[in-house]
Formats: sequence, C-alpha cells, structure tokens
Amino acid sequence: MFTELNSILNSTPDSFTKGEFIFVSDRQSDASFLIHHFLSFYLRARCKVCFLGLVQSFSHYCAISQRLGVSLAQAKEKGQLIFLEGLKESLSILIPQEGHTENQAMDFLRDPTVGLRSLYKFVQSSLNSSSSGEDGTEEWGPSVLLVDDISVLLSLGVSARAVLDFSHYCKATVCSQLQGNMVMLVRCDGEDEGDDGDDEGSELLLRGLTHQCSLTLHVQGLPTGYCRDIHGQVEVCWRRRQGDGQHTQKKLFQYKVHDKGASFFARGTSSAVL
Amino acid sequence: MAAPVDSVGKPSAERSPFNSTSFQKKTRSKLISIPGTRPSVQNGQLLVSTGVTSLDYLLGGGLAVGTVLLIEEDRYDSYSRMILKYFLAEGVVCRHELFVAAAQDNPDDILQELPAPILDDVAIHKPVDQPRLSCEPQDSLDAMKIAWRYQNLPKVQSALASTSRFGHYYDVSKTMEPEIRQAAKCHRFYLPEHPTQSSTTHSPMIESYSALLKSLQEVIHREGFDIAASMPKSRNILRVGLHSLGSALWGDDLSCHDNPRHSHALTTFLYGLRALLRSSLAVAVVTVPSHLIQDRALMGSITRLCDNAIALESFKGSERETNPLYKDYHGLLHVHQVPHLNCLASQLPDHKDLAFKLKRKQFTIEVCRQGYSVQSNCLSRKLSIHPFHNVTDCNPSSEKPVCTFVCYWVTKSKVKLLIVLCWCQSYYSVTFRGNRV
Repeated sequence: MFTELNSILNSTPDSFTKGEFIFVSDRQSDASFLIHHFLSFYLRARCKVCFLGLVQSFSHYCAISQRLGVSLAQAKEKGQLIFLEGLKESLSILIPQEGHTENQAMDFLRDPTVGLRSLYKFVQSSLNSSSSGEDGTEEWGPSVLLVDDISVLLSLGVSARAVLDFSHYCKATVCSQLQGNMVMLVRCDGEDEGDDGDDEGSELLLRGLTHQCSLTLHVQGLPTGYCRDIHGQVEVCWRRRQGDGQHTQKKLFQYKVHDKGASFFARGTSSAVL
Repeated sequence: MAAPVDSVGKPSAERSPFNSTSFQKKTRSKLISIPGTRPSVQNGQLLVSTGVTSLDYLLGGGLAVGTVLLIEEDRYDSYSRMILKYFLAEGVVCRHELFVAAAQDNPDDILQELPAPILDDVAIHKPVDQPRLSCEPQDSLDAMKIAWRYQNLPKVQSALASTSRFGHYYDVSKTMEPEIRQAAKCHRFYLPEHPTQSSTTHSPMIESYSALLKSLQEVIHREGFDIAASMPKSRNILRVGLHSLGSALWGDDLSCHDNPRHSHALTTFLYGLRALLRSSLAVAVVTVPSHLIQDRALMGSITRLCDNAIALESFKGSERETNPLYKDYHGLLHVHQVPHLNCLASQLPDHKDLAFKLKRKQFTIEVCRQGYSVQSNCLSRKLSIHPFHNVTDCNPSSEKPVCTFVCYWVTKSKVKLLIVLCWCQSYYSVTFRGNRV
C-alpha cells in the first residue's frame, strides 16, 4: 500500500468508495506496481479478494506483498484471498494429459473462440461463496476482483470483444450486485496507433475499458526519455457522475518505484531535481 | 516461482528459539547450492551466467532461474547464434544439463560448434575413479607415498575451481573438445524427427510448438528439475536453448504473412514455456527472427511474455559497416526488458546506446561513444553524451515557459559546455547529439 497514492485517490483502508471499477493501463512502462498496491490495500481493508494472477506465479506476489506488509499465504488460508494462478492451471490444458483434473477457469486456452464464460463462472462462484453464510468463518468486507494483466488474454487468442464482454459481466456482478470494487490492468504497446489495424485488439480493449470504468490510472514512460530517478508518469482520471452529466477530473503525477513502495510527486518536484 | 533463495530473505522464520544451552547453531537448510549459480544481491534470486559476462552485467547479474531470455536475431543470425552457443557452452562447463531444440539445423551440429572454454584453472571433468581397495597390488617403490591414513580413501577429483566461478571466457576460434562436451547431458529436439499429427483441438498453438512443449515437460519431469519434486539428491539446472522460434521452419507463418493465420501460436507457446519454467529449475534462451515479423504489436506481446529481452542489430551489410564511428564495433545491442521478479523495481541499464564486439576471447558489450569532431585542425575529442530527457513540455495553463541556452566553445584541450538555465520549473540536463561524420 502506497500512502501517497492513497492520499491522491482520497481513500484509506477504512473508507473507500464502493462499486468502483478502477482501470490501470500502461504504455511503454510497467504498471504492475499499482496492482500490488491495490492488492495490499484491499487485503488491509478486510475485503474478500479474488485475484486472477495470469502472468506471474503466486510466490512472486507473495514476496512483494510481504515487503508491503501483507501475508498472502495467510490470507489465502483464512479464505480472504482466492487466487487463480493462471500459469499453473494452464499447463494441464496446454499439454493435455490423461486423468488430470483441471480447473475449468482456464478453459479458453483450449479454444479461444469460445470466450471467457468459464473464467467468469469461476469469478462468480468464488465471490458468491461468502454470501452463503457459513458460520464460524470471519465476515469479510465487500468483494473485490483484481486482474493482473487482462491483455495477456489477447495474446492467447481471445478476441477483444470477448474480453470486453467478460469485464462487463464482472462489473455487473462485482460492482453493481455485490457493491464491491474491481481493478484491471491492461498493457499496451509503445506505438501510438501508428499502424492501422495491427494493434486493433489492444486499442479496442483500452477504449472499451476506459469507457466502462470510473477511475483510470494511466502509466507511461516519460515523454522525454529514460531517467533513472523518475520512472514515469501516472495520469489519474476520475469520471464522476454528478446529477446531470459526467464530470472528469485529471491529474498528472510522476513516480519512482522503490524497493518497498513507490513515491508520487508533482511534475518537476522529484527529489533528484530539487 | 523463479527460485528464490529462501533463507536470505526470511531470517526471522528460521531463527530457533533459545533453550537451555547458550549456543544455538543456525541451520541454513533451505539454501540451495547448485554449481554455476549464485544468489542475486538485489532480491536473493538464483542466477546463472549467460556465458557472456558483459551481458550478465546488463541483465542485473545474470539470468534468473525460471525466466526466459528473448534474443531478437540480427539479420544473418550470426551473433544471436553465437550468444546461444555461449549459453550452452557455459552450461557444459558448469555441468548443467542442456536441452537444445531447432528446426533448421540439427541440434548436434549446434552442439559441435560450441566455443572452447579458456581453462586455466578448470579441471576436465572425468568420471570419478573407483575407490581404491586395500587389496590392490602395491605401487612401485618409486611412487610417492601418501600418509597411511589416507591411503585407503577413494580418489576423488579435486573440486572444480570453475564451480566457484561465475561466468567463463571462451575462445571462439576453437571448438570445445568432445570429451568436455560429452560429459554434459544433452537432450535434443530436432523438429523433422517429430512427425506432426493433426491436432483435434482448436488451440491456437500449432503442432510443432505443442510437441516441443510436451517434450520439454517430459524431460523436466524425468530428470527431476521440478521444484516440487521431492528428490533429496543434488539439484541441477536445465538450460534450454530454442533456436529461431517463429521462423517458417517451425510451421509458423508469423514471419511470412502480414496477417498470419497462427498469429497466437508463438505467444501461447511462450505462455506455456513461462508456466513450465516458473515451476522448475530451468532457464531458457529463445531466439526469434524479429526482423521478419511485420507486426510490431505482436512483437511487443512476445517481448512482454518473456522476462528478459534483448535485440541485436549487426552492422554487416549495412551502410554503418563503413561508418568510422562504428569501426570498433560489430553491431548494436538494445535491452528491451529486464524482469523485476519478487521485487517492485527493476534495474534497467543506465545507458541505452550499447554496442557489441565479438573478439576472439570475449564478447564485449560497451556503451557506444558517439564521436563529435569539431574542426579538422582541432583535437577531435570523443564525447560520450547520453541522451537524457530535455526540456519538458509546457502546460500553458499552469506552467511558465522554460527556455535553455546551451553554449559551447572549443579550446585547445577540451570542449567546454555551458548550460544556461532559466526559470527551471522542471528538471533537465544536457541533450546534445553530435553530428555524425
């Protein structure tokens, strides 16, 4: 959990807006540090978290969360965290073996044209199990869905439309029905829509998710080049619905990622400069 | 997981509680000690050497076990193949196991071309002699006598000095001797030997990649490279070298068509490869002919699915070959991606303009110094100026415009640069590109 980011977003583990869809995207940079922030934030807020870790192993998230002060293994044992380790589950489908029971969630690897229905069913079942009211287990807060890198699904052959459908269904379940939050990460390419039709999938996904979300965090490298002390810039965009119309508010920050967190500062006020 | 060295990061969990005796021996039982590896200083991960010491430095000390290094081939596949051979040769010297897969050349041919290591202190690995029994005939009286208490002990090879060293040097003009090479265990995958059956699934992965992934998994299971495998014997690393994935010889039309039919075959394979490697003590080097792939977005997703990514651009055949600026080098090297596993921040190299040179005994990677020659009768000093970010964009609503003046003058002995700053709202430093001669 990064304290500076909490003050920027005006949220603390005790009080945060519910029913939000936070969309994190990056271009020519790596925004996964924000996913670690949200993971530790919602675990500290005692929410029930469903994490779809599609690109890295569980131990990677464990190691980083430990530095941020949260124990993922403990949360998983207590039932607060439901972790889908995409890499591990995918092996049994990519290399078919007889007599091997596999998790149905990654079924789209077998035939990407089918879509992400089984993945959505997994999300639904994991977040709805809390409402079945098992006595003796702890009561958790609102449900949260975190997806680390939904754009890897495009690389695996799923169409952008199917991914948008999936996110819409998840939003309807998590944000509207369960009044929880949702965080998704999309990684785009560096070229700014130079080639027509080549990166259609990724740009389509980016625009579609920006339209669906309520808070955008767009991470980019510095427009002027690479710098060791400043790793990039984050553009935060709130899309609030106030009565008559939409009201968007944008803010731009620069950031630097440390070993145990990240610091955010206004443009030009990096400690390396002042 | 990319195998972390557990005990380094969690001392508190291992500290045993005090009991009646004051002395408590700390057991470091979880420390994996495999020859040819070392823990990273940044996050305690297990690293292996790529065989090229300057490349190790660029990648943050070495290749982390469980990760993939993507090498974008140069136009004639000469230097990328060289790095692949360095990687495999390093595996032979460190006594790791090898897995080589190729569609174009027989893996045996690649293995025969491995460069010879420069062995000054490395003993050639021979199978351990049988222990000497006391009933053997006596040695001749001229032989040196060893103290009697050691006479009956089995003769063991002295510990390889190379196992304590990380990274070796190779002589490119000679090939590795067959005895050294045959001592290492090599697994091969030559695509023409594996007839492809038509697959019934609609998986985006094509049959050749499926067969390769399946073969790799079999080797990992059989030889015990799984991290989860409960084999108490000494662990070893599997080095995987995959040559020219994505080329037409693998059955992939990624490099032939603008809109390939199997556009997600290679990316799905790389996803499966990552899944395999994260759960085993293996490290992979993959070369891809990226200059044949038209779709830059696809190249981007291929890069993101690999952990480390470098690109080689050789000067051979291009007009840069005769450029006096680049006369010291054979090509440029671009580092596209460095992983940050088990930690938040990554260690990208400071310099972006790197060039490499293949010498007989070393493959060097240096910062390419752009020369700047002022006048003919003046000392042409070479300045190394690294492109930084220059004046940032000004937001007309909130910031005042920023302007800089850069003056320079040439004296007899040096070129002096004076940067006049005014009104610095943002930071910047010198951006100065010399004229190319």
